[in-house]
Order: sequence, then C-alpha cells, then structure tokens
Amino acid sequence: MKVLLVDDEEELVSTLAERLSFRGVEAKWATDGRDAVDLTEHESFDVVVLDVKMPHLNGIELKKKLERIRPEMKFVFLTGHGSEEDFRIGSAEADRYLAKPLDIDALVATLMEVVKP
Amino acid sequence: MSEPITTRGPTGARGRDGNPALPRVPVESKKYSLNLRRMWQLTALLMILVSVGPLTVMTAIDYRVTERSAESEILLHTSRVVSNTKLAVEFSLVERMAALDFIVEDNSIAELRDCARVGEILRNLQMSFSGFVDLGVIDASGRQFCYVGPYDLAGVNYRDQEWFEEVRRDTTHISDVFPGFRHVPHMVIAVRHDLPDEGFYVLRTSVETSLLNKLLSNLEISGEGDAFVINREGVLQTSSRRHGDVLEVLDLAVPDYSEATRVYETMSSDDVPLIVGTAYIPHTPFILMIVKQKAALMEPWSATRRLLIGLLVLSLSIIVLVVVGVTSYLVNKIRWADKQRVAALHQTEYTAKMASLGRLGAGVAHEINNPLAIINEKAGLIKDLFQYSGRYKDDAKLMGIVDSILASVNRCSAITRRLLNFARDTDTEPVLVDLGETITEVLGFMGKEAEYRSIGVNVVIDEDTPEILTNRGRLQQILLNVTNNAFAAVDDGGHIDIAVGRKGPEEVLIRVTDDGCGMSEDQLARVFEPFFTTKRGSGGVGLGLSITYSLVTELGGSVSVESELWVGTSFLIRLPVDGARNESVAR
Repeated sequence: MKVLLVDDEEELVSTLAERLSFRGVEAKWATDGRDAVDLTEHESFDVVVLDVKMPHLNGIELKKKLERIRPEMKFVFLTGHGSEEDFRIGSAEADRYLAKPLDIDALVATLMEVVKP
Repeated sequence: MSEPITTRGPTGARGRDGNPALPRVPVESKKYSLNLRRMWQLTALLMILVSVGPLTVMTAIDYRVTERSAESEILLHTSRVVSNTKLAVEFSLVERMAALDFIVEDNSIAELRDCARVGEILRNLQMSFSGFVDLGVIDASGRQFCYVGPYDLAGVNYRDQEWFEEVRRDTTHISDVFPGFRHVPHMVIAVRHDLPDEGFYVLRTSVETSLLNKLLSNLEISGEGDAFVINREGVLQTSSRRHGDVLEVLDLAVPDYSEATRVYETMSSDDVPLIVGTAYIPHTPFILMIVKQKAALMEPWSATRRLLIGLLVLSLSIIVLVVVGVTSYLVNKIRWADKQRVAALHQTEYTAKMASLGRLGAGVAHEINNPLAIINEKAGLIKDLFQYSGRYKDDAKLMGIVDSILASVNRCSAITRRLLNFARDTDTEPVLVDLGETITEVLGFMGKEAEYRSIGVNVVIDEDTPEILTNRGRLQQILLNVTNNAFAAVDDGGHIDIAVGRKGPEEVLIRVTDDGCGMSEDQLARVFEPFFTTKRGSGGVGLGLSITYSLVTELGGSVSVESELWVGTSFLIRLPVDGARNESVAR
C-alpha cells in the first residue's frame, strides 16, 4: 500500500512516514499542496492523508485537485481541531477523518479499511 | 429545605405600576447609565416650580390687589360719610345762626328791648328748632339788657369776654362747648347787628350739645366706628363711644387743618390700626372726626383671605403630591427600562465574551494539537525504533519513559478536545445530547478544583434518562454556571450531588444540590435578578444565574431553586426532551 502524507508540519509527516514504514506501509510526504500535486502527477497512491488547514492551498481544495489527477485515490483528513463539528464537515468531504494527535495503530487500521475493496 | 420557589426571574413579578417588579437591589450608579436620583430631583423641582410658581405669584398679586381694593373702598366710604356728616352738622349750626339773623333783621332794637317780646321769640324758636336754651340781647358796651332763659343773667356784662370781642370783630360767633353755670355742656351762638347810628347790639343764645350728639348718634358707622366733634385743642365737644366723654381730651392727635375732607390710617394709643376721617367745619371751632377699627372693617376681606390661603395651600399640596407621584412613576419606568437595557447589554457582552473565549480556545487547541502530534509521533518513533531494532526492547525504564510521554500527550489531547467541544459556537442547530456525557465534560473543567478543595462530586444519571434534542453549547453554559455556583457555595470538603432523570414523558430534570451556606428567604426571592450576588468582593457581578435563567428559558425549560440557610441549595433545571419545538432552540 502506497500512502501520501501532506501536512505543513514537516516534522510530523516525516516521522509519520518512518513509523508507517515500520508497519509495512510505503509512505511519501509533502509539506504543501504544490509538492503533493507534483508527486501525484508522477506516481499514484492508494491513500492520501492530508491536513485540512494548510497554507496556500487547504486540504479540501487540494483533495479536489488530486482527485482530478487520480480519481481512484482515497482520502483521509487530519485536523488539529478535534470537535464534532469539524468531524461532520470532514466526513462529508473525505473517506475518513482523524484528529491529531494520531494513534498510529488507529491510522494503519483506517488506511487498511479505506483501501479495502 | 424551604418550599421551592419557581421564579419567572426578573421579568416575572409585576409591580404596582404594571411594570415588572423593580429590584430592591440597592441602587449602584455603575449599574445604570443614568443618574436617576438627580433626574428625579430635577424633574420634580422643575415641575413644582413651573406649576407652583405662577400660581403662587398670581395668588400673591390677587391678594395685594384685593387688599388694596378693600382698603380703597373703606377709605372712600369713610370719606363720603365724613363729608355728608360735615354738611349735616354745618347745616344745623348755620340754620340756627340764620334764625338769629332773621330775628335781628325782623325786629327793631326797640322791639328787642321788650323782654316779653324776646321771650315770645324764644318760645317760637324752641318750637321750630331744637337745642335753644335761652336768648339774650347785649348792647355795644357788653351789658345784657334783656335776657330770657332759665338763669338769672339779666344785666351781666360780657365786655371782657373773648367771644364778645370776637363778635364785635367778625359779626358772628360760635363758641366751643363748655359746661357753663349749669354744668351742662352747651355752646353759644351770637350775631351782631349794626345800628344806623354806628352802634350795634348782639343777639346771643345758648344751644345744647344734645343737638350734635343726636345728629352723630344717628349715624350708622361700620367697623365699630365712632363719630364725634372736637375743637382745635383736641377737646371732645360731643361724647364718643370709645375715645372719651364730652370735654375730655381726645387720645388721638388733632388733624392738621384742611378745607377738604381727609381720611388716613393711624394707630391708637394701644396700637390698634384705625381709619380716621376728619373735616374742619367752616366758621366754627369744630372738627368732625369719624374713627373706625380697621380690623373690623377688613374682616370680610380677611375671611376671604383665609379661604384663599386655604385653597392655595390645598392646591399646592395636591400639585406637589401629583408631581412627586408622576415623577416617581416616570423615573421608576425609566429605571426599569434602564436596568433592562443594562442587563441586556451585559448579557450581550457576556455572550460575546463567551464567543471570543470560544474562538480563542479553538485557536489555542489547534495550535497545541500540532506540536502535540509531533511529540506523539516522535515519541512513537522512538518506541518503534526500540521495538523494531530490538536494541532497547527490554529496557523497561526507557520504554516506560516513552510510554509516559505518550500518555501525557493523550492527556493533553483530551484537554484540548474538551476545550474545542466547549468552545463551539452556541448558536448551532439543536442536536441530540447525552446529558451524562455533557455533565462529565463540564465537570472536567472543575476536576482540579474539586481535587484541591476535596469537594466530593457525585453524579447519578437514571437509566431511563433519554437523550434530549437541544442546543449543546447553551446547555453547557447552564451546567457550568450552576456547577460554578455550587462550587462557590460549598466549603472545602463539601459535597455536590448532580442527579439527572426523566420527569414525565416530555421533560428531564437536572438537580444540582450542594451542602454549602444556603440562602435566606430574601436572597432566595432575588436569586435570578440581574446584578444580585452574594459573592460581591470575590469577583461576582450577579449575572451568572440571571443569564442561566435566560438560557434555560431559551431552551424551553424552567429553573427553580430550593434553599435553606446554612444547610444547602438545590437548583432544579427542567428541560424539554424535544427542544426543537422551542423556537429559541431552533434559532
């Protein structure tokens, strides 16, 4: 399974990518929307895990762009907000929604569930 | 516990003026934008001045005009009486003098030397005129050669008498009143008749003063008045009612000479105000005087004055009462409106503050969540590295440290999540709310205080308690306010019980009970009034329960309170299961 992690916090996505690799998930990361689009144009991912709030291009706009490039990709939103209101909005836009800080096992389980045919 | 008081809050009870009952809270200027005491004073003062001023001035003017008019009327009337009486007295004396003139013209000196003839003339005079006592004829040498009358005056010589000198000079004479030989007051009238041989003789008569007394006593004089005649030395020529008997000296000053009738005011010897009318009677030594008591004359006017002053005092009292009443009513209205406005303003400020706090909380939570996530992932990576490399897998201390970091991150995460949930916009659509979860969430904010102060909080949720459809943000505020109140009421080591259960098919009841200081009956009756607080001095502004009341009402519920001083307090909050029916909740 190939996963693209997008968040403006490089420390977060880089560490998360390394932790996922320990669990057999191939993860690449980008720290803004442009890098994410570049990466997606060159290769396809099973799931994109992206933050809702990012500079220049927010998560929802980025999702729409990436969907146009790779319509088959699944999306999981992350956010610093943990409220139900955010969850409601995130659920409407993404396949799944997770609040920071993440539980790595919960993330892996979510990814597996999302890519399951 | 005392009887529950289900108050409809500050807008419930109604005062005598029809407005909701005004607070008995002591007026504190900072709570009101208007200085109502000064407004009351200014309004009442201005209204009283505007209404009482003109009335008083007009009454005073009318008082003076009426008084002057009455005085003027009295003076005019007195002047008229004096003038008429003067004419009557003058006519009476002139009439007798004319009678003597007629006698000397009608009789020759030879006839008048006949005393029998003179006696016949006297009888005729006494039949025609009153007052004549005797009649005598005196020659130029002053010897009375013929006398007819009750005394033996024949042959008396008047040559050295003053009156005889005067009649030789002026042809006529009317004497002052004197007692004479009989000791009966009388006057002498004498006329001179010139003879062809340049000699003359004088016809003289005595006239009793009863003539004048009768004339004056017939006068009807108002004001306990007195009419009398004095001579120019101030000796009474007739008797008077109040100023002495005939031939006594008058106790008033002799008026200055004037040909015209005079009326003036003066004071008696015993300081009684008098109205005095005087007239000098021409060709006589007499002065007619009419003296009246001013107080008696003014009595009808004084009665009117008393009535006028009574009416004025009554009118002023009514005006002052009405002005004070109306002003108090209006200022009371303004006070009520102002208080409502200030309370609304405070509530708006409170809501805005809560919204700001919400936004601030959300921002802080978001900003903290990101570094928390990094800490979480870094610590997780360390753990992964230890586990997957196997190098420190069995180092319990290192693994314990990493697990401790991860647990702390989870704890922080729980706090930020709670903060975010609480800080959400309160004007959202109604949602299904689990009361147990919401209470736990609210109590989460107070966990540390409860721990530090050893306050036992016991929550009991009945199993059949349904989820309710309501505005969760407002419900959280309500629970937070009431719980805060309970925490403030209890001492360290106190207890707070929160019980939730179904109350009928359409309501749930949340009961928050503390074993704190409780409230008196008076405090209990005012507990939902804006600005009423028992926590003044410790930061309380008295709006928490007032706002709680408003929020519960907005959610379609009601709130009541039971309390007993030094025993404890219970707040009972009833909320509808289906709050969507309530328009405020839906809004």
